[in-house]
Amino acid sequence: MPDQSSSKLPIEHYVAPLEETKLEAIDSVKTEGKPSNLWIDAWADLRRRPMFWISSALILIIVFIALFPGLFTNEPPNANCLLANSNGAPVAGHPLGFTRQGCDVWSRIVHGAGTSLSVGIIVTILVFTLGVIFGAFAGYYGGWTDGILSRVGDIFFSIPYILAAVVIMTVLANYRSVWVISLAIGIFAWPATARVLRSEILRVKNSDFVTAATAIGVSRFKILWAHVVPNSIAPVIVIATISLAGAIVAEATLSFLGVGLPTNIMSWGNDIAQAQTTLRTAPQVLIYPSIALSLTVFSFIMLGEVVRDALDPKARAQR
Amino acid sequence: MLWYTGKRLLQIIPVLLGATFLIYFMVFSMPGDPIAALFGDRPPAPGVIEQLREQYHLNEPFIVQYFYYLAGIFQGDFGVTYSGQPVNEVLARTFPVTIRLALLAIFFEMIAGISVGLISGLRKGGIFDATGLGVSLVLISLPIFVLGFVAQYFMGIQWGWFSPTVGAGAPTQDLILPALVLATISFAQISRLTRSSVIETQGLDFVRTAYSKGLSGKRIVPVHILRNSLIPVVTYLGTDFGTLLVGATVTEGIFNVPGVGRTLYQAVIRGEGPTVVSFVTIMVLLYLIVNLLIDLLYAVLDPRIRYA
Repeated sequence: MPDQSSSKLPIEHYVAPLEETKLEAIDSVKTEGKPSNLWIDAWADLRRRPMFWISSALILIIVFIALFPGLFTNEPPNANCLLANSNGAPVAGHPLGFTRQGCDVWSRIVHGAGTSLSVGIIVTILVFTLGVIFGAFAGYYGGWTDGILSRVGDIFFSIPYILAAVVIMTVLANYRSVWVISLAIGIFAWPATARVLRSEILRVKNSDFVTAATAIGVSRFKILWAHVVPNSIAPVIVIATISLAGAIVAEATLSFLGVGLPTNIMSWGNDIAQAQTTLRTAPQVLIYPSIALSLTVFSFIMLGEVVRDALDPKARAQR
Repeated sequence: MLWYTGKRLLQIIPVLLGATFLIYFMVFSMPGDPIAALFGDRPPAPGVIEQLREQYHLNEPFIVQYFYYLAGIFQGDFGVTYSGQPVNEVLARTFPVTIRLALLAIFFEMIAGISVGLISGLRKGGIFDATGLGVSLVLISLPIFVLGFVAQYFMGIQWGWFSPTVGAGAPTQDLILPALVLATISFAQISRLTRSSVIETQGLDFVRTAYSKGLSGKRIVPVHILRNSLIPVVTYLGTDFGTLLVGATVTEGIFNVPGVGRTLYQAVIRGEGPTVVSFVTIMVLLYLIVNLLIDLLYAVLDPRIRYA
């Protein structure tokens, strides 16, 4: 039985008088301010981060070198090689010295940028496309669609993609090119992307805006591509940036193993593999392409990191 | 637990079949006649070819050949290498070396990764944390063969801290340098995973309760925070095993470690297709088994998984 007298005691905690905080003020939606969303917030965050500008500048420089190698060196990478210059020290016009075959190291590095970037971009497009298609359908439709698509993903995921690419490139020994190596890497690299998108879609697909779209009669297929996927794509963008770096490493590793690109295509991995025999006597021939490769990979990974921090509120809280 | 184990075992069957099928399919589409490749320029008698094709089931349709291959795998028969040695014999010789290398690498990366991650997480935003993040970013960007050569050149050749290549019998002190190189790939991932996991655990209610009970940091950090932060690190070991296998192929090649990885490396370099395929198959099977074991371990550590 509650004691009746206690309710008559004066209330000790403070209650704001209604005139001070108007309910309308709390409930109203601010309309005069700029609208904001994930991408605008992320951009505002990115703009303030020096790492973003450094990595973007590095990437722009590398892209520029890849597009216009002629602006950076007059020396052809494969011709004009004199065995007399084998592993030679730098001389005027050849700032980084010569390879074992007597070719200009700087020129080979400049001309190798295009190969690395092309492989990176083709693989990323492939991984992005396959990952988004598989992940979107599996996550959104669920049921047996999910069952089949996810099992297919599991199968491709169960073979580490560099090992798979080794087998494909061994099989296709006579058809090695930038396109073939990109396919060989990409065809086994997509399940990670699909998994991320799938779990993100599982989270998003029960949101109110999806219900609203259903209520006004938008078809399921259209809801998926117009509402659900755009709202789940953020983590996939991050993965895409990082997977670009991964693809560049994969190409270099395959070329290093000798199942990558043929030697008439400039590739940093090939040059590193060829320089390893003279590691003791001429380490510089190995070091320079290694620096170029690592710097390129580093720029993309750094970009991926800042973009991840900007897009993921949880990561932002951990900074 | 039993139900969960059964479910995981059932799930692995389609993956196992699919993965072996994919590998077999890739090899089956390899151009060239394998029997003709057995002989040099002088073609053998047609009867011999026919007999060999019969012996290796080459006249059967693709799917039947695949089942012969699958049956071989389940009986532990992975075929012979290019030079005619049974793959099993090679495996018996090289596998123990790779296991030692991998265990050493896992040991290094766990010790270094967890301690760096723990300190970074506890002192979020400090100098140690910032340096740790920077170093891990650089280490992630270095392809393993670049790192391998740099380590071999400086630590092995220039400064003479370690032997640059591994000697006969692969004594453990020779394996330290390759193991360190192998460990650096995953060190970055493990330290970051531990860091974010520690930061997350630190904010949980049970940690606050422990502090409010008056427990000292000396007890809370290892028992309450670290132990609960390690679950994602354990699961990462599964994915990490794949990286380790690929990494071992390159590191063992560079440091001349007589392990499974170098066998694959040399087979790839020499273009010995069948050997490559046998060893890739073995590695994929190994990867699947390790991941299954880690999933089961995960379920033991975190009961929520079993009942999900």
